[in-house]
Amino acid sequence: MRYSWLSILTNGLSGQSGWKPAWRAATPKPAYDVIIVGGGGHGLATAYYLASQHGIRNVAVIEKGYIGSGNAGRNTTIIRSNYLLPGNEPFYEWSMKLWEGLEQELNYNAMVSQRGILNLYHSDAQRDAYARRGNAMRLSGVDSQLLDRDAVRAMYPFLDYDNARFPIQGGLLQARAGTARHDAVVWGYARGADRLGVDILQNCEVTGFLSEGERIIGVETTRGPIRAGKVGLAVAGSTTRVASKAGLRLPIESHVLQAFVSEGLKPAIDGVITFGAGHFYISQSDKGGLVFGGDIDGYNSYAQRGNLPVVEDVAEGGMALMPRIGRVRLLRMWGGIMDMSMDGSPIIDRTPRPGLYLNAGWCYGGFKATPASGWCFAHLIARNEPHEVARLMRLDRFRTGHLIDEKGVGAQPNLH
Amino acid sequence: MRIPCPYCGERDAHEFSYLGDATPARPDPAAPDAQDRFFDYVYLRDNPAGAHQEWWYHAYGCRQWVQVERNTLTHAVAGARLARDARDAAGDAAGNVPGDAS
Repeated sequence: MRYSWLSILTNGLSGQSGWKPAWRAATPKPAYDVIIVGGGGHGLATAYYLASQHGIRNVAVIEKGYIGSGNAGRNTTIIRSNYLLPGNEPFYEWSMKLWEGLEQELNYNAMVSQRGILNLYHSDAQRDAYARRGNAMRLSGVDSQLLDRDAVRAMYPFLDYDNARFPIQGGLLQARAGTARHDAVVWGYARGADRLGVDILQNCEVTGFLSEGERIIGVETTRGPIRAGKVGLAVAGSTTRVASKAGLRLPIESHVLQAFVSEGLKPAIDGVITFGAGHFYISQSDKGGLVFGGDIDGYNSYAQRGNLPVVEDVAEGGMALMPRIGRVRLLRMWGGIMDMSMDGSPIIDRTPRPGLYLNAGWCYGGFKATPASGWCFAHLIARNEPHEVARLMRLDRFRTGHLIDEKGVGAQPNLH
Repeated sequence: MRIPCPYCGERDAHEFSYLGDATPARPDPAAPDAQDRFFDYVYLRDNPAGAHQEWWYHAYGCRQWVQVERNTLTHAVAGARLARDARDAAGDAAGNVPGDAS
């Protein structure tokens, strides 16, 4: 069913009885052309673009839980393309462009809202770094504006400009950045892929791989073996666990990132703001809750929950930035498992096992990348060669030294 | 999360900072395959879901490096020993212990 004002009207008049499930409850076929392991945003986007861009429709997406149960439903919904390095910026800008047309493409309201992201700077050195980043963005054809203190004050008069330790000097604004409704993104891609013939297999866990010599020819699952011409992994925090079943050892550690949402408030923050002197980012959802987060906890973890020191750290960042949120009550907090790579940048590449493709290492920045990640991973799987904007996101860059270290902290995943 | 520091007793994890996996051993730089082994040592990790040996530094305590066994699925800490004891137990003189000048 195509969603339109007419479908809303007719269902409104018929007691909402005409709606169909957004995707089928598929049963596994014995074989597919392509199997995507992981039914998160990246996996579903990959399946969607395989079908829509490359005509490969005999595709299954295998998900251990249910659609939206992992990081797709746990992130802070920010979309942006304000990166520094040539290995990253064209990719994230392609993602931003896909976001801008996503709802029309999918016929699904993903609530993409280009409300702007403002990264605040608090020192002369940080201003220089942000000026450099803004200029690097412009060299890649991406909008950016370096704002001074007065311009920031005109946008957000309620910030603490007189913080004695970290006074706000200005900010780097990307006006096209913003937020999107995270669940709707996976639901939209799932529905879009399903409509093109992709089977979405939920509550189906991959327990191993089928192989012929070195070549991967399918997967073992809790619903039986399924053969495939090609297998793509897009399992985020579970990358090591799944890839190790194919004998791969990867430059990835799993870490927990916490996120928070407050009780609903009247409209108070109309963009995305980040605190440059700590690690704190905040926006307000359309329901009114303040959605915010900070650093990863910093130790290896597969538990989808964190600890109190980071909660305190995030709260301190928030209070230093905007003291007026001090009496807002927290509604929920949760954790998700990040596939932290050794240089802080992702991997979209072939693997040493023929027939097996890898999409991993998203650290805590995977949500914004969802459309381009799916686009480039589908391109890689369909054509067996990398897409232009993801060609530096190679698995072997750690061996050859061609790292994409946006933050410049080296092979220390908990610092990225 | 609380870590039983062998010197200070059980303390909040807040007092510690985390380095990472304690199992990679620094290779011999003179070995003929040193390049491959250093790649492995610097970049590749087992990243287990379960028991994990890891280095923590008791920054706001005794300032000792501590090797902690912790479960990455539950965050339960099974035990901890000083880094130098871990080194002596392993007979490892290859500089595998953080903060070890020898």
